[in-house]
Amino acid sequence: MNVIATAVSGAPIPRDLELPLPLGEFEVKVLLVVLFLAHIFFVNLMIGGSVFSVFLEILGLKWARFDSLSRKIAETITVNKSLAVVLGVGPLLCINLVYTLHFYSANSLTGYAWFSIVPLVTIAFLLTYLHKYTWDRWGGSRKRLHIIVGGAASFLFLSIPFVFLANINLMLFPEKWHEVRGLFSSLGVGNVFPRYFHFLTASIALTGLFLAGWFGRKGYPVEDKLPEFNRPELRRLFYRIAYYATIAQLVFGPLVLVTLPYSGISLELFLLVGAGLLIALMVLFLLSREIKASDVRIGKRYAFVCLLFGAVVLIMGTGRHVYRESSLAEHKKLVEDETMRFHSIETAARMRLAAGLDLGDAIGGPLTGEKVFKNCAACHAVDRVLAAPSLKEVYSVYKDNPAGIIEWAKKPGRKRPEFAPMPSFSQLGDEKLALVADYILEIGSGESANAGNVTDSVSTDTPDMTQ
Amino acid sequence: MDFPLFFLDYFGNRLLIAVVASLHVFINHPFAVGAYPLVVLLEWWGWRKGSAEWDNLAYKITRVLFIITTSVGALTGVGIWLTTALIAPFGIGSLIRVFFWGWFFEWLVFISEVILILIYYMTWKKLASGLHKKIHIGIGVTLSAFSWITMVVITAILGFMMGSGKWPETQSFLSAVFNPIYLPQLAFRTTFAMILAGLCIWFMLFFFTRKAAELRRKSVRFVAIWMLAWIPLWIAALAWYWSVVPDAMLANINVALLTQKFMHWHETLGIIMAAAAGVIVLTVLIGCVTPRFLPRVALLIPFVICVWLFGHFERVREFVRKPYVIADYMYSNGVRVSELPIFQRDGILPYATYVDNHSVTSTNAADAGRDVFMIACSRCHTTVGVNSVIDKFQDLYGDGQWDEGAMSAFISSMHNTRTYMPPFPGNEKEANALIEYMKKLRSDREPIFGGQTAWSPKPSSKDNAD
Repeated sequence: MNVIATAVSGAPIPRDLELPLPLGEFEVKVLLVVLFLAHIFFVNLMIGGSVFSVFLEILGLKWARFDSLSRKIAETITVNKSLAVVLGVGPLLCINLVYTLHFYSANSLTGYAWFSIVPLVTIAFLLTYLHKYTWDRWGGSRKRLHIIVGGAASFLFLSIPFVFLANINLMLFPEKWHEVRGLFSSLGVGNVFPRYFHFLTASIALTGLFLAGWFGRKGYPVEDKLPEFNRPELRRLFYRIAYYATIAQLVFGPLVLVTLPYSGISLELFLLVGAGLLIALMVLFLLSREIKASDVRIGKRYAFVCLLFGAVVLIMGTGRHVYRESSLAEHKKLVEDETMRFHSIETAARMRLAAGLDLGDAIGGPLTGEKVFKNCAACHAVDRVLAAPSLKEVYSVYKDNPAGIIEWAKKPGRKRPEFAPMPSFSQLGDEKLALVADYILEIGSGESANAGNVTDSVSTDTPDMTQ
Repeated sequence: MDFPLFFLDYFGNRLLIAVVASLHVFINHPFAVGAYPLVVLLEWWGWRKGSAEWDNLAYKITRVLFIITTSVGALTGVGIWLTTALIAPFGIGSLIRVFFWGWFFEWLVFISEVILILIYYMTWKKLASGLHKKIHIGIGVTLSAFSWITMVVITAILGFMMGSGKWPETQSFLSAVFNPIYLPQLAFRTTFAMILAGLCIWFMLFFFTRKAAELRRKSVRFVAIWMLAWIPLWIAALAWYWSVVPDAMLANINVALLTQKFMHWHETLGIIMAAAAGVIVLTVLIGCVTPRFLPRVALLIPFVICVWLFGHFERVREFVRKPYVIADYMYSNGVRVSELPIFQRDGILPYATYVDNHSVTSTNAADAGRDVFMIACSRCHTTVGVNSVIDKFQDLYGDGQWDEGAMSAFISSMHNTRTYMPPFPGNEKEANALIEYMKKLRSDREPIFGGQTAWSPKPSSKDNAD
């Protein structure tokens, strides 16, 4: 292997799968970005909802009306979490398709943590149901227990993204793979932590915006369901959360950018992030207007805010993809070359084989009983018992009766309980069986010049490793 | 196989996916495919009778179904993707390239199913009367249909994956339907899901109705009649399935040892099937005649027998596939059929990225053998745990000294004598190195760790492979 004096030096250069993609690479990548954003939208709402719900339930210990609000938020989580999971499969298929080598390698290197996603998410979901359906029964003296259950689910929801982030991050830096020993050591690669806080804050902002619309919409009977609140008040509360979380992103966003390893930074990335930032500032401006708006006017700009917010998410999602592409470009090229190189070796070897060259003694040349006997040598030796009677013994039974050997080999019975039963060799066909039967009788008689060779090759104690 | 390999020693990669996939099937079949039509029927019955307590019972059962299917059910389903990524990245990666649109379609059906479950459960109290109730029951019927369609699609994909030799030529989904085992398999799964669902819901009735209540008697009888109605179809499907198993198995296993074992096993399967059917019929008849007679623990007996039966059923399905992960294209250890000759000529180590030793020398035999084990054997075998490679040799060569020549002969011909095994993908030196490692492993019984904890190649240690 050539020494690679670049950003990817030290990276393994494996071969890719040889099968072609079922659709264009560009199309898969578009599908990946779009489907991923649909998935992460519900993940954000699931995590944000869970955090809000626990936080408000604790506040509810002192001010009862927050307990009702917390409960109404908790009711949204079970729907959002189901959609988050089911929508995760599409982008998973796409990323496996187009980053097969990088993604699966990262999965493997964080293997225990990667697998633990399955039980951990299951437990988080069951705790979420327990939290939701015990709200009435676990009031009063068991309220604390109820909050702990909600908190435990929340804790799991907050922890699990680390595994995904670690994988999505680790796949970008093959030059670090040899240092990784599971999840915790992989957290040191790239910039997992800034990305985590960026993601978490996005969850808060998005959930704030979602709930401003959820409770603020005309069809929601605030008077019935949350009589201690009124609609403009709820709108304002969740607008504020979205507003402050988006301001916090002005810190976390640049932090993610400056901590990104240099290898994938490109001008396109800066242009995209710059455009995203401009629109994010417009979102902030609109949010501040909404918060200050009168009870009558608040909510009028909601659809517009969501549209711009969606644009920011789409642009940042694309930026993230652009970074991934340029970060992996060099390594992907090397992998492609290695794959091609192997492919040409493989093709050349196949052609030589087809032309009858390069065949070892075992397969090449005319068919002989000796060659066919290799199928038998795992259990039969000339004058020793391996896992079956010796050839000498076979000879004593089948002397002058090669047809008997053929018949037995095609449909063996079981005479000796001390040995494992013999498998049938009918698939070898009569021609080969006839050859091997003659060979067995020749060797078994002890009169052949070959006998010594067989004994040697079958009972070597120290195989020659240097051949 | 050019991935850092995740390896779970002792327990085994194979068992890991078996646990996740079986759990998924044991949730999916009774609690989704079978239970939704039954619960919709319960709802419809209650509505026809104008019985609020009957409706409420159906609602309580739906809550359990909703919680289980959207947590354990959904996560074990996604878990199959996450687990196969670890145990066979080359296999699942290639399969996704071949069956992308099939899985994409299945995913869309799956999304619809989950959305319908959410709607069905959450609108139960809102859509409570008159036309609303009719709509609600309509949603339930649609949900039941989608739930079944996911099974139809995924069974087709599984059948297609295993259909030997079809894919390279036809590349058509129709081959799935012509897979000898597909239709009987689907019939068996469907009817079995209905019966198991009856059993599970019957069990729930003990918790949601009082023993003395009239509702208990009526609902148990209702569920028992549901099961009774499916029993003839189920038995017909069992018989159909049992009759095609030999075709499917024997087409893939041409070795008489296995044939003998199989014949014995096929008889056992027949006995288990007859026993399961007998116990179910008896249970159902008791349920119809004296609904209050059986206690809840008694239901565990038919349930356990069914689980056992189903285990056998899934084993057949898996066995038909071997030694391939994709029929005639890739072996279960990730070696492609077309690259086998160069590995047998040059060895596999020179072409492997994630190993410490790229060739066998006079000093590294056991270590190189361990690398060979990792690449060639570790997808199915552990060192000394479940399906241990040492135990396999022990069975053959016993407690004394193992003959290296015989072991070498075994390695080079095992695919002829045990046709579920792929051919050894290495040269003679590597086979001998593997034997050295087996000898070492036999004495020190030291487990090994996969890429998730221990992969540490020296950077640029890969030799030029020419």
